Amino acid sequence: MTQPPRVESMQGSWEHFPHEADIGVRGIGPTKEAAFEGAGLALTAVITDLDAVAPAQAVSIACEAPDEELLLVDWLNALVYEMATRKMLFSRFAVRFNGHSLHATAWGEPIEIARHQPAVEVKGATYTELSVKQDEQGRWIAQCVVDV
Amino acid sequence: MDLNLLKRRGRDEWHIAPRGKMLVPGVIYATEDLIHDMDEKVYEQVTNVAMLPGIVQASYAMPDAHWGYGFPIGGVAAFDPDLGGVISAGGVGFDISCGVRLLRTGLTAEDIQPVKELLAEALFHRIPAGVGSTGKVHLDRHEMDAMLTGGAKWAVGKGYGAHEDLEFIEEHGCMAGAKPENVSDHAKKRQQDEMGTLGSGNHYLEVQRVTQVFDTEAASVFGVRESDIVVSIHCGSRGLGHQIGTEFLKSMVTSAARHHIDLPDRELACAPINSEVGQEYLGAMRAGINCALANRQIVTHLVREVFADILRQATLSLLYDVSHNTCKVEEHDINGTPTRLFVHRKGATRAFGPGHPDIPPSLRAVGQPVLIGGTMGTASYVLVGTKESMSLAYGSACHGAGRSMSRHHALRQWHGRDVVKELAARGILIRSPSMRGVAEEAPGAYKDVSEVVDAADDAKLARKVARLEPLVCVKG
Repeated sequence: MTQPPRVESMQGSWEHFPHEADIGVRGIGPTKEAAFEGAGLALTAVITDLDAVAPAQAVSIACEAPDEELLLVDWLNALVYEMATRKMLFSRFAVRFNGHSLHATAWGEPIEIARHQPAVEVKGATYTELSVKQDEQGRWIAQCVVDV
Repeated sequence: MDLNLLKRRGRDEWHIAPRGKMLVPGVIYATEDLIHDMDEKVYEQVTNVAMLPGIVQASYAMPDAHWGYGFPIGGVAAFDPDLGGVISAGGVGFDISCGVRLLRTGLTAEDIQPVKELLAEALFHRIPAGVGSTGKVHLDRHEMDAMLTGGAKWAVGKGYGAHEDLEFIEEHGCMAGAKPENVSDHAKKRQQDEMGTLGSGNHYLEVQRVTQVFDTEAASVFGVRESDIVVSIHCGSRGLGHQIGTEFLKSMVTSAARHHIDLPDRELACAPINSEVGQEYLGAMRAGINCALANRQIVTHLVREVFADILRQATLSLLYDVSHNTCKVEEHDINGTPTRLFVHRKGATRAFGPGHPDIPPSLRAVGQPVLIGGTMGTASYVLVGTKESMSLAYGSACHGAGRSMSRHHALRQWHGRDVVKELAARGILIRSPSMRGVAEEAPGAYKDVSEVVDAADDAKLARKVARLEPLVCVKG
C-alpha cells in the first residue's frame, strides 16, 4: 500500500455550487495545486461520502492543456476516466504542475456499491462556470460544472 | 425569466429579437408560467446559440428548457453547411443519443398485480444499474467496432431482440456514417464493461400502466389502450458517448480560433461541418448514437427475458425508440426551399409529423411517437408529432420534466428510504442500488411533467396521446 503524503497544512478545501440540472465542483486552497486537489475532492463528493472512501491504492495521472482552465477540465476528466475504467473512487490527491502539464497521484479504493452508495456517475467536466483564479484574499479557486 | 426580455408571438411562443452578434432570433415555446420559472441562463444560452456560424431560422427552446452547458437543455438549432454552418459537440452533449424506448407487453394491470414484487426484484437483479455496474456483454476490439457501425442492428444480429424491432427505432436502428476509427481507445475502454447497462442519474427502467388515452385514433395505431402495461427504458451511450463528448469538446475549443469562430461560451465548442474536426466528430458522434441504440436493444432483451420467466403470456413489442441528444442531417423547408441541415437536438425529441418518410409505414399516417419521461413518482407521456411541428422547430418537441431543484438541495430535503416508502404506499415499487441517488431524483425535485407536456401540446409541437404512470421503477 502506498501511503498518501502528509500535506494537511497545504490541503485545499472543497464545496459544491448549484446548477439547475447538474452540479458545480469547487476547490479552494492556498496554492493552485491545493485548489485542484480540492476540486478532485468535490468531484468524489458528488458521487459519495468522502469519508467512506479509504485512500488505499495510488493511481498516477498526467495531463496537459493549453491553459490552466482547460487543464482543470482535463484533470477532472482524467479522474472521471480512472473512476470509470478502474471502478474506483478517490479520496486523496497530490497535484504538481510543470508549465501546462499536470502530474498527480490519486489515492482511493475499488467501489463497493453497498458501502459507498454511489448516487450518480459523472459523465464529464464541462466548461460551464469554469474558472481558475485567485480571490482578493489570495486564495486559489478552481471550479466548473460537471455533467451527471 | 424576466418576461420583459421577450416578445410574445402567440399563447406559447416567445421571441428574442436579434441583437449584438445574434444571427437569428431566439424562440422559446412555453406557457407564461413555465417561462416565469425558467432560469435567466436559458435566455443567455438561447441567445449564445443564435450567434453560432451558419445557424438558420432561429435558436429554439422547448417547454422543458433549463440551464444546460453551452446549449440549453431543451435546445434545438440547425446549421447549413453551405453557409459555413457548424457542428457542436457541446450542442449534442456528453450523453450522445440518450433516449427513451417504449415496449408494449400485451398485459393489463390485473396481470401484473400478483407478481409486481417479484417482477421488480427480477428486473433490478437482471438489468445492471447504477455507478460501477457492469454488463454481461464484453466486446473485443473487432466486436466493439462492429457494434459502433451497426447499432441496434448489430445487437439484433447477436441475438438481442428481433429484426422487427429495428423498424421502430430512429434510423432503423443503425445510424449510417458512423466511423469507429474516429472513436478513441479511451472511449472504447470506458465502454468495455458497460454494454447493456442503464447508468445512473435520471436514467431508469419502468413498468408503467396506461392511465389515460387522449387521442384514441393515434393510440389505436400505436397499439396502446387504457390499463395496458408498458415498459419504458431511459438510457444512453454510456461511457463511450461521454468520452467522445469530452474529447471533442476540447479539440473543438482549441481549434475554434483556427476556424475563425468566436465562441460566446467555450461550452459551445464547435467546428465547421466542412472541416477536418467537424467531420471527425460527425463520424464519432454517429458511432456514439449506434452505441446508445445497441445499449437500449440489449437492455430490452434482458427485460424480455425477465418477463418470459415471470409472465409467460407477455409479448414485448417495441412501440418506438427516440433519441434526445443528437445532431442529424435532415431536409427542411427554409423559405420555400428544401434545405439540407444539421439539426442539433440537446435534450429534445425528434417529433416528425404525419406522412414523413422517416416514420415507419405502419405509423406514418398519424405521425412519429414522441416519448416523454417523467419522474419515478409522477407520469410519463406518449405524444405524436404534428404537421405544424415541422415548421415550428424542425419537427421537435420536449423530452422530459426537467429539474426544478439542484441535487444538493434535493439531498437536504429528502431521505432516499422515505421516498421509497412513500412511493410504495402509492403502489410504486422503487429499486435502486443507491438511496442517496433516490433522494437526488425525488419526484419533487422535478418540474411538473404534465405542465410541460400540456405546453408542448398547446404549442402544437406534439399532440398528447396517452398518459403512463409507474408501477415499478429501477433507478441507476
